[in-house]
Amino acid sequence: MNELLPLPVLLPLLAAAVKIILGPRHPRLQRTISVAVLAAVLAVAVALLLDADRSGAQVLQMGGWPAPVGITLVADRLSALMLVVSSAVTLCVMVYAIGQGTADRDHLTPLSVFHPTYLLLVAGVADAFLAGDLFNMFVGFEIMLMASYVLITLGGTLPRIRAGTTYIMVALSSSMLFLVAIAVLYAATGTVNLAQLSDRIAALPPGTSLVAELVLLTAFGVKAAVFPLSMWLPDSYPTAPAPVTAVFAGLLTKIGIYGLIRAETLLFPDDRARDLLLVAAMLSMVVGVLGALVQVDVKRLVSFTLVSHVGYMVFGVALQSAAALTATVFYVLHHITVQTTLFLVTGLVERRGGSTSLERLGGLARTAPLVGLLFFVPAMNLGGLPPLPGFLGKLGLFQAGLEDGGPLALTLVATAVVTSLLTLYALVKVWNRAFWRAPAAPGPPSGAGSFSGAAPLYEAVSPAAASRAGGAGPGGADGGEDDPGEGLAHRTARLPAPMVGASMALIALGLSYTIGGGPSWR
Amino acid sequence: MSAGAGLLAAGGGGASGGTVALAVTGGALVTAGIAMLLERSLTRLVVGILLLGNGVNLLILTGGGPAGRAPILHGGPPEAAHRPMADPLPQIMILTAIVIALASAAFVLAIAYRSGRLGGEDEVRDDIEDRRVARRRGGMRAERERRAIAGPADPIDPDELGAPEAPDAADGRDAADGRDGGAGEGGR
Repeated sequence: MNELLPLPVLLPLLAAAVKIILGPRHPRLQRTISVAVLAAVLAVAVALLLDADRSGAQVLQMGGWPAPVGITLVADRLSALMLVVSSAVTLCVMVYAIGQGTADRDHLTPLSVFHPTYLLLVAGVADAFLAGDLFNMFVGFEIMLMASYVLITLGGTLPRIRAGTTYIMVALSSSMLFLVAIAVLYAATGTVNLAQLSDRIAALPPGTSLVAELVLLTAFGVKAAVFPLSMWLPDSYPTAPAPVTAVFAGLLTKIGIYGLIRAETLLFPDDRARDLLLVAAMLSMVVGVLGALVQVDVKRLVSFTLVSHVGYMVFGVALQSAAALTATVFYVLHHITVQTTLFLVTGLVERRGGSTSLERLGGLARTAPLVGLLFFVPAMNLGGLPPLPGFLGKLGLFQAGLEDGGPLALTLVATAVVTSLLTLYALVKVWNRAFWRAPAAPGPPSGAGSFSGAAPLYEAVSPAAASRAGGAGPGGADGGEDDPGEGLAHRTARLPAPMVGASMALIALGLSYTIGGGPSWR
Repeated sequence: MSAGAGLLAAGGGGASGGTVALAVTGGALVTAGIAMLLERSLTRLVVGILLLGNGVNLLILTGGGPAGRAPILHGGPPEAAHRPMADPLPQIMILTAIVIALASAAFVLAIAYRSGRLGGEDEVRDDIEDRRVARRRGGMRAERERRAIAGPADPIDPDELGAPEAPDAADGRDAADGRDGGAGEGGR
């Protein structure tokens, strides 16, 4: 069955090539290809997970070249699980983007640019998860980043260019650091294969391995947006279109976390970086959530909560006990889903309210009760109310921290509890301002003084798009699915069915971890 | 430079004179690249990234150990026939890294061009949303204080706050604002 291993990388790459050849022609065919390919990747990922669970890690040496020279693909339970969740999330986001593209006549997500680039991103993500050697992981990162540069500057407006330059420069610098780490490890051990590295690093002099570890942790820390290295994130994410921000927030930072998990468990299982990581985790939590509290733009607010919740995952990685890592993996899966959902729903809020600024939103609970419900569930999930999976993940981390019992671990548990409450406070603030208070002003908002760069472009499109989507409701769902959201979408005035359906599917996936997450705790 | 030092230490027994020179050159390129990365102009940033990338590539090359015969292919100059084959893996990695650096540089140059067309220059600008949030709060507090003491309403000093007066000017067409912001960011 390990012949399946290259498929999650190859399928999206081939599909992207086909789409570049097709260009803007045959839009319906192109949408079908996108959805079909992503669904196929999901199916392959599920098959790989079942295989890895039943018969151990699946390994494929590409082209039959043995390990130190050839490219190795590995799907163990961790990477297969990450692949399954990331495929499910990318599929939902693609359906959402198609819904948005159909409704807006592709103003925000042009078919000939967005679709191939997005598929490249998916290929890069899959390659990073499946890579069995450090250099291939680097290549996976680069494919993903190169696609993300295009996606974050989509449309090329000035605010997006500004946000994009920050993002690109930070990403390029961290890639260079990653390359330095690879150079150090290769010079010291003569291999980049992860399995061989884990054997040989133990024999290195401690100074050399510490240098390699710190450089690698810094590179992954930038990707994961751990506190001192996180300043780029809230400045660059919010300006991109909703589907792009959603998939970035959900997946890209988690790949950094995945790298951290691999580095700390496989390559450097000693706990020399433990205190450093614990302090970084604590600062991420505190700084992130304090940043979130003062924001007035929903997208920025959610971006800051992302930074603070990265702290939870780093906390689990730093503790390194089996219980902590189990909880971390569970939390990563939960967080990929819930963060993506929140950004998608923020896109819906923007569509209904005409803005993402808390100063101008209001009364959405009455005018758009469905959006209210869609926002409320993932918000409470992120805030960690029982019995939602956000609570279970945090509970697991707290238990691991208490078991550990060190002074720093206990401090972190206390910090994490406070952070969790403050997150809840920030999200409830959004809920109160945007959904519960009386509508700010009747009629559509004027285009003045928007906060995110996407908004002016958006508002120019919005009224026309809304009326068009109403007319195109039954026919406009051609790229989507016949989901239960369609009936509801009609009642809540003209939200495209695929967008609502994709958000609902993600919420359902997020909630299903409460029931289905049990096996991952073994 | 620390990476270069680490490599020298790690290279250990295999390091001949040539490798040391390569490592030192690589370190120098990395240093120069990082110095360029601290600039604000996008074209300089591209040069910085390229220098940094080349420096790191040299470091990878030193990781391959001493020079030898051309890898995989047989033949080569007869005086090198007795020497062992050079390690091909760093060369493959460098090739990949060069391609990636090329693509990145091309994209950043395109962004610089676009930025220049839109904003008149290719400088990286700060995101001023955070300062706007701070200003909003500070402004509200100042307003309240003014009401409390009922004194003369002197306007908020825009230089002090480092943000433009009108929120709409935030697209950063105002180049001076970007530089002010830079000074403010650096000060923090």
